[in-house]
Amino acid sequence: MMQGGKLEGRVALVSGALRGIGRAIAECLAAEGAATIVTDLDAEEDAGPGSALGGIPAAAYIRLDATSEADWQAARSRVERQFGRLDILVNNVGADLTGKVQDLALEDWRRLMTLNVDTVFLGTKTFQPLLARSGASTPYGSSIVNISSIMGLVGMGEVSAYNASKGAVRLFTKSNAIEFADAGVPIRVNSVHPGFVETPLLHKGMERWAARDGTVTAAQLIAAMAQATPIKRLAQPIEIGRAVAFLASDDSSYMTGSELVVDGGWTAR
Amino acid sequence: MSIFDLSGTVSLVTGATGGIGRATVKALADAGSTVIASDVASEGGVDGAAEYRRLDVTDEAGWTQLLAAIDADHGRLDNLVNNAGISITGSIAETSLAEWRRCQAVNVEGVFLGTRAAADLLRRSGADRRGGSSIVNLSSVGGLKGSANVAAYCTSKGAVRLFTKSAAAEYAMLKWPIRVNSVHPGGTDTAMMDAIYARYVEIGAFPDLATARATVSAGHAMGRMGSPDEIAAGIVYLCAPAASFMTGSELVIDGGMTAA
Repeated sequence: MMQGGKLEGRVALVSGALRGIGRAIAECLAAEGAATIVTDLDAEEDAGPGSALGGIPAAAYIRLDATSEADWQAARSRVERQFGRLDILVNNVGADLTGKVQDLALEDWRRLMTLNVDTVFLGTKTFQPLLARSGASTPYGSSIVNISSIMGLVGMGEVSAYNASKGAVRLFTKSNAIEFADAGVPIRVNSVHPGFVETPLLHKGMERWAARDGTVTAAQLIAAMAQATPIKRLAQPIEIGRAVAFLASDDSSYMTGSELVVDGGWTAR
Repeated sequence: MSIFDLSGTVSLVTGATGGIGRATVKALADAGSTVIASDVASEGGVDGAAEYRRLDVTDEAGWTQLLAAIDADHGRLDNLVNNAGISITGSIAETSLAEWRRCQAVNVEGVFLGTRAAADLLRRSGADRRGGSSIVNLSSVGGLKGSANVAAYCTSKGAVRLFTKSAAAEYAMLKWPIRVNSVHPGGTDTAMMDAIYARYVEIGAFPDLATARATVSAGHAMGRMGSPDEIAAGIVYLCAPAASFMTGSELVIDGGMTAA
């Protein structure tokens, strides 16, 4: 029978964790016993108990702009001081961008790559030494989980920038996995590939798409997505959170460089 | 209730006396499931199993009888782990048609027959369970990439990979509450691997067992073989409500082998 959590005694940090998938990830990690550090863009005073953070049983909140190297370094200092270790890093922060290739502005492209790719690089680079040290004291080492997407596996029209960014996360993950394993650094690195998930980000993205298109509503686009998914529904954020909890735990001790596809069958066809 | 908990569920594991099979039975039982262990031998002591049933996975009638017995005795089946499998090691030139067919029969037909036989009971049981019922098919890294001297095995495991995806799409289309996913272990410390090392030496692929073992281990980024427990943990995850949005997916547990 199950006793306690799978992550008792572990310290976890999740980027972009106040809303949507990030929030569900933080809740799942905390539910499995990890001391979970929630990070996001909101000011600390706005994220305290009773505010946006209310409801997430977090061990700490740190304001973190994941595109800022200085913010990452400040977060590392605080984590070292307050917790002395980090076992789990979830690079969840990300944004979407849709539109025809010929209509995409270079500025918007770069912004998306910064948000979806640079953030993973900076988080990994900044916390690698602490994850390595902490990993030496657990049976199977530390775990980095990078949130890619099914859009990092298969293409879709008018999603080229997002496709490119998530494809980059997929291969960055594999490269890290090999690099750390080759060097004997006790950090496993894996990617999660959600299908369409019912989040504020999805709703906002579809509203923009509908406004651009002019012939469909956001609700129609979302209904079409659910219909196009073999399992005939969108994912709930918690269903992604559970996948991350698995990769964060020792249950996945022989997994590194792998892709965990959580897509209701989208890419099985 | 943990999202990894399997209390109240009934699970069937084929090939349960092998390395990964034994670890899977134990891990499912530890998660709270009532586990029926099966294999081709008439008797088998498997730690953690509620009962042992003889089953040759290539025997269509055997599947029908076993599922009828499970329905009668337990009234439900929540998880089917199609784990039974064999390896054939040798060059294409040396592989006989009989060996080839035997490999496909156990590794591929066994999965087809099990899925077909269990679908009705899995469907009924999945209706009242969060995340529905789960079929987990054991493929392999050999179902993702080829390597020399294992053509028959790779072929069979590639077939399992795509059968899994097709079954996932079909049950989702039918709105049956059955998720279907594949697991892809890298080299795992089991009797099957020991037999493969011996065959490698026999056919001259490696000078001795130690070299074969060291070379295979080094083929994983982690530089070591997996343990059966590490594969079983992934199987439990796919059976659990934790994996409720996963169907048609591949769980690669290979110490980084295919990431390179």
